[in-house]
Amino acid sequence: MASADTITGRAGAATSAARLEAAAMRHPGTLTRIALIGNPNSGKSSLFNQLTGLNQKVGNFPGVTVDRKTGIAQLTPGLRAEIIDLPGTYSLYPKSLDEKVITDLLYDKTSQQYPDFVIITADASNLRRNLLLFTQLADLGLPAVLALNMMDVAEQHGVKIDIQALQQELGVPVIPMNARKGIGIAALKIVMAQQLDAPAVRFYAPEEALLPMIRQIRYYFNLHNDYLALHYAHQYRQISFLSADDKAYIGELVQQYGFEATPRQAQETIDRYARINDILLDTVSVTRTERKEPYSNRLDRVLTHRVWGYLIFFGVLFLMFQAVFAWASYPMDLIDEGIAFINSLIQTNFDGPLINLLTEGVLAGLGGVLMFVPQIALLFAFIAVLEETGYMARVTFMMDKIMRKFGLNGKSVVPLISGVACAVPAIMSARTIENWKDRIITIFVTPLMSCSARIPIYTVLIGLVVPDEPVLGIFNLRGIALMGLYLLGFFAAIFSALAMKLLLKTKERSYFIMEFPVYRWPRWKNVGITIVEKVKTFVFQAGKVIVAISVMLWVLASFGPGQTLEKAEAQVREQAAAQARPAAETDMQVAAIRLENSYAGVFGRALEPAIRPLGFDWKIGIALLTSFAAREVFVGTISTIYSVGQDADMRTVQQKLALAKDVDGQPFFTTARSASLLVFYVFAMQCMSTLATTYRETKGWKWPLLQMVYMTGLAYFSALLVYQLLK
Amino acid sequence: MSTRFTPAQPTPRSVKDLGMGEAGTICCLNDPEMALKLLEMGCIPGTRIRLNSRAPLGCPITVMVGDGEDYTLSLRVNEAATIMLKE
Repeated sequence: MASADTITGRAGAATSAARLEAAAMRHPGTLTRIALIGNPNSGKSSLFNQLTGLNQKVGNFPGVTVDRKTGIAQLTPGLRAEIIDLPGTYSLYPKSLDEKVITDLLYDKTSQQYPDFVIITADASNLRRNLLLFTQLADLGLPAVLALNMMDVAEQHGVKIDIQALQQELGVPVIPMNARKGIGIAALKIVMAQQLDAPAVRFYAPEEALLPMIRQIRYYFNLHNDYLALHYAHQYRQISFLSADDKAYIGELVQQYGFEATPRQAQETIDRYARINDILLDTVSVTRTERKEPYSNRLDRVLTHRVWGYLIFFGVLFLMFQAVFAWASYPMDLIDEGIAFINSLIQTNFDGPLINLLTEGVLAGLGGVLMFVPQIALLFAFIAVLEETGYMARVTFMMDKIMRKFGLNGKSVVPLISGVACAVPAIMSARTIENWKDRIITIFVTPLMSCSARIPIYTVLIGLVVPDEPVLGIFNLRGIALMGLYLLGFFAAIFSALAMKLLLKTKERSYFIMEFPVYRWPRWKNVGITIVEKVKTFVFQAGKVIVAISVMLWVLASFGPGQTLEKAEAQVREQAAAQARPAAETDMQVAAIRLENSYAGVFGRALEPAIRPLGFDWKIGIALLTSFAAREVFVGTISTIYSVGQDADMRTVQQKLALAKDVDGQPFFTTARSASLLVFYVFAMQCMSTLATTYRETKGWKWPLLQMVYMTGLAYFSALLVYQLLK
Repeated sequence: MSTRFTPAQPTPRSVKDLGMGEAGTICCLNDPEMALKLLEMGCIPGTRIRLNSRAPLGCPITVMVGDGEDYTLSLRVNEAATIMLKE
């Protein structure tokens, strides 16, 4: 033990010296940087929301795409601190990409991002397991506060904690709290406002036999303590800031000393638990009340029942669909009418090409972005409530065996369901799947789920060709058609997953083990913050693309190569004057001829030979091209193409499409054409944001490119088949 | 190093073999990689573990861990099979 004490002393001194230096180097105005870390389900998000409120920003950790949530907390009237919310983890030995950002942040003391201290949240009702992470962090020499959360739950379980004694044993401030209700926040803020020292107590000393190796690593990298050096030995392959030479150096040492990471980590964990047991023996007493069956278990008997469980789950899904389709339509109509009102207001009062750019380009695009806000808000309200209550874990539990058959994982249910709203956050949520193969498959097939951006296309085309008729009294033919499209996407996703399961080879095993949270009422504040965050992300990230494309489209449709546009227009006008046609008809023809000769028309024509077997013409070709970046642009494009020259009172896209005629004067959008187009949009990738997300999540172009080729191919041949069969 | 497969001692039972509501004490974890994850989640040898429920299709299962049945874990049957019980 003597050697351990000296290590402690030296590490402690080195730490405070380094801290002083760091503090001196910092500019006077710089914020204190605080990292929030804890086990999953230890109330970390609630605490983060309590500390920062709506003062949150979501960014990315450098190099990876794990959300980096930061927020500003007002500690005292004159003192603010930046809080960074780290992903939930059980230990500092990462098992997933999420957890890896924690070690990347905490290993590099020279980094700008290195926290001044950490707040460790622990579930007081479950202290033994929660203290494992605490002891690891303390041993890294990080100044720390222990936020002893869920004191109310601990009390219900008959757990009594001697806070004073625990503080003594752990060597850091311990704040009892109930973050969900805001109890203890004030006390925590007081502690956070003070200068904290590195903890003096060490909980684990590496074995003597390892010290030569550890010391070599420690001095080579100039690290402040042995335990950090030991972590380098464990994880050098995954530390992102180490160079290839650095890794080779550690690799040689590890080889030389015959250091095996996995059994060492297991032994360390067992040793730590032994130490924690000693601590708890002196500080925690449990008065065993007569144990009632926990209410969670009783609820589970219904909610995960073999019949009721699935029925309730499908009920929840149905409610979610209902919300996204029906409830969202009211605010969406309001937004639509609002944009139309502003547009007509501008158009009646001003005129000129710049005004056209504003109304037909910018405002039209902006409308297209804002239209999705109600749907996204409602869907994430549902997802947030399901996560908050603990029900999502039950969904995973019930679905795992089924999903596994298709090469997926119970955890794939969350991305797949979220994919119904938008593939971008859905793909990002696949990060919780630890197994590489399950994760890749989930990411690959998620965009096949019909996202909300497809809804406008579905609605317009269904409205065009499917009659609004009741079926069996309660259903509606259009509703059934819509359901069919969703099922088509779903089955495509499932069977593509199955195919990938057979094609992809991997040695990695698929884990499932996770904590089963108890049921809780959702905190509405957390739900609200999630909604705001998701809407903001969509409006600012996808929104940029959509507005830009919308403006580009306006340019493409309004200008043409050389003077062809003007010449064509003059020709039409001459003919019209000669035949004395009505002015309105002439204007329409002029508009059509202008579009035909614009850059967009040139593109569309070039594409036509390839898409004619699908029943598409050059106008749809234009829309396919413009909606390649974001499929929701399709309706806007079609609307623009068919609206140029039409009266302002011809409001709906559907009316415009119904009036479109083919060369023989018959309605252009026949059942075969519309069905072919619908099937194309069920399968086609047509989303730049999704491709970019897949690229970032898989760290390379292989998967996004495969995904695009596969989906576009599937779309092309399915549409071909549909059109040729129905024609 | 012998490459021959040496069968494990005829170990009596694993968590997989527990009946509904039955409890046992963890003796050891027989899959090194899985073991690390299980240890971190509190399945330390000597800990009490009770089969709490099965998913409708028989897998995964949930177990309650600790003397006071402090928390619930859910895991697949093949994962449960790596947690051996004391007789």
